[in-house]
Amino acid sequence: MLNRRTFLGGLPLLAARPEPKATDVWSPPRCEVWDVHCHIFEVAGETPEARVTELVKFGDRMGIERFVLFMGFPFYTDPTPEQLRQQNDQVLRAMRAFPQRVSSFVYLNPNYLSFSLQEFDRCVRDGPMVGVKLWVAKHCNAPELDPIVERAASLKAAILQHTWLKSTGNLPGESTPFDVAELALRHPNVPLICSHVGGDWERGIRSIRGTKNVYIDVAGFDPTAGAVEMAVRELGPERILFGSDVGIRTFASQLGKVMGAEVSDSARKLILCGNLKRMLTPILKAKGRRL
Amino acid sequence: MIIDTNVSLSRWPFRRVPGDEPADLVMRLRGRGVGLACAGSFDGILHKDLAGVNTRLARECRTYGKELLLPFGSVNPKLPDWREDLRRCREEHRMPGIRLYPNYHGYDLKDPAFGELLTLASAGGLIVQLAMRMEDERTQHPLLRVPPVDAGPLPDLIRGQPGVRIVLLHWKGLVGPALLERLATAGEVYFEISMLEGLGALARLIQQVSAERVLFGSNFPLFYFESALFKVREAGLTQLQQNAIFEGNAQRLLHLR
Repeated sequence: MLNRRTFLGGLPLLAARPEPKATDVWSPPRCEVWDVHCHIFEVAGETPEARVTELVKFGDRMGIERFVLFMGFPFYTDPTPEQLRQQNDQVLRAMRAFPQRVSSFVYLNPNYLSFSLQEFDRCVRDGPMVGVKLWVAKHCNAPELDPIVERAASLKAAILQHTWLKSTGNLPGESTPFDVAELALRHPNVPLICSHVGGDWERGIRSIRGTKNVYIDVAGFDPTAGAVEMAVRELGPERILFGSDVGIRTFASQLGKVMGAEVSDSARKLILCGNLKRMLTPILKAKGRRL
Repeated sequence: MIIDTNVSLSRWPFRRVPGDEPADLVMRLRGRGVGLACAGSFDGILHKDLAGVNTRLARECRTYGKELLLPFGSVNPKLPDWREDLRRCREEHRMPGIRLYPNYHGYDLKDPAFGELLTLASAGGLIVQLAMRMEDERTQHPLLRVPPVDAGPLPDLIRGQPGVRIVLLHWKGLVGPALLERLATAGEVYFEISMLEGLGALARLIQQVSAERVLFGSNFPLFYFESALFKVREAGLTQLQQNAIFEGNAQRLLHLR
């Protein structure tokens, strides 16, 4: 029978070794960090301003310099025009609270194409937003996506499409990386962000590997080791963006993917900031926004 | 010093990961400030010869991580003669605890065999680590889809049992606030953070169950170690709380103080 004495007798001699402190091993990113995937959903606070303040507070602890925000609260899988406008207004309010730190993408729904194009004009062409967010209302290989892509490309606005490859089954309108690749082939000169890279990243990376105008973000799936390494190996570091998917996830778990990955410092720098900055520079400059 | 309550030796069945050789694992943990780690074996998830798994685990912990790795053997109460596996963990390998995978081993926590295992392990002074899941169900291999464990029956099983020390691994999303409270008040139950997600989730967990019940665990090498490490920083905790999560609570759990 094991008792306390015999158990302790078998344990390492803790006191005999120098003890590295936990804080010694925290090394902040040695470059700017731009997060391409932030929400004010599932963040504490009653108002968009309160929620984004909370988000920036946590982000500051992790060295996040720029937050790209989209969608409001609550989440709607197939938002009506009224809901889209309400959600985008919430994000615009959040942006105004931190104009130097927060950028945003307009949330659109291809099921309401005409309204979505109007909303794009309101928020991007005539407003401060710099990209488009598409979620789960419609598969992104549908023809309704083409006018949205063309409108966004005309202003060099970024396009970020949520994707998953769920072994439990996707939602009816939920896109996969295959769908993004199909859309990308129809618009070979337009960069598209395949967000979450399907969650099942081993299949997701392969799905878009040959479609060179598709980027990925590494947001919103468990911090499974090897994901960033495989992406760098198969896509090259220039096609990978850091994203967290806060407040559903933590900055910490998602940043840990990039900081813990065995990739070169130059690759890490591109992922954490360089690629997104390069993508957004034309539209940010056109809007007179700080880089 | 960091005490990591959740690392694993051997190979994750579905991919190779950096650190899945024991010497390499030890080097990586040391380089990240880990002074002690509770080590299970990935082999314990699917292998049927758990006696062999546990013998290898104990040997590799001794050989490669004598001052670092504490072996946590696997016991499956649905296998014939599982009590002998438990006895060997305790008496031959002198393990401080065991790690269970109820969903991969085909039982739920209402199963009388689990109740007996919990009683015997606790009576023998063993910590019981319960892996509530091993990965996001959405990313499981399509031919090996395993539902997560329902922790609902656990508070009633724990309450009144002497010597029970339980660590819940990978529990986030499976244990709601009410059950969390019932678990925390039922007995000596700890919550490990490797799958904890959501902005401010760690601070909220501390409010719900107290800082004394939260353990640092990385799920390394399956997960990036830094993901768990950074959570403690992101939470904005006091030094006292950080010390408790990184080290103090695990020392108490392991009876090191």
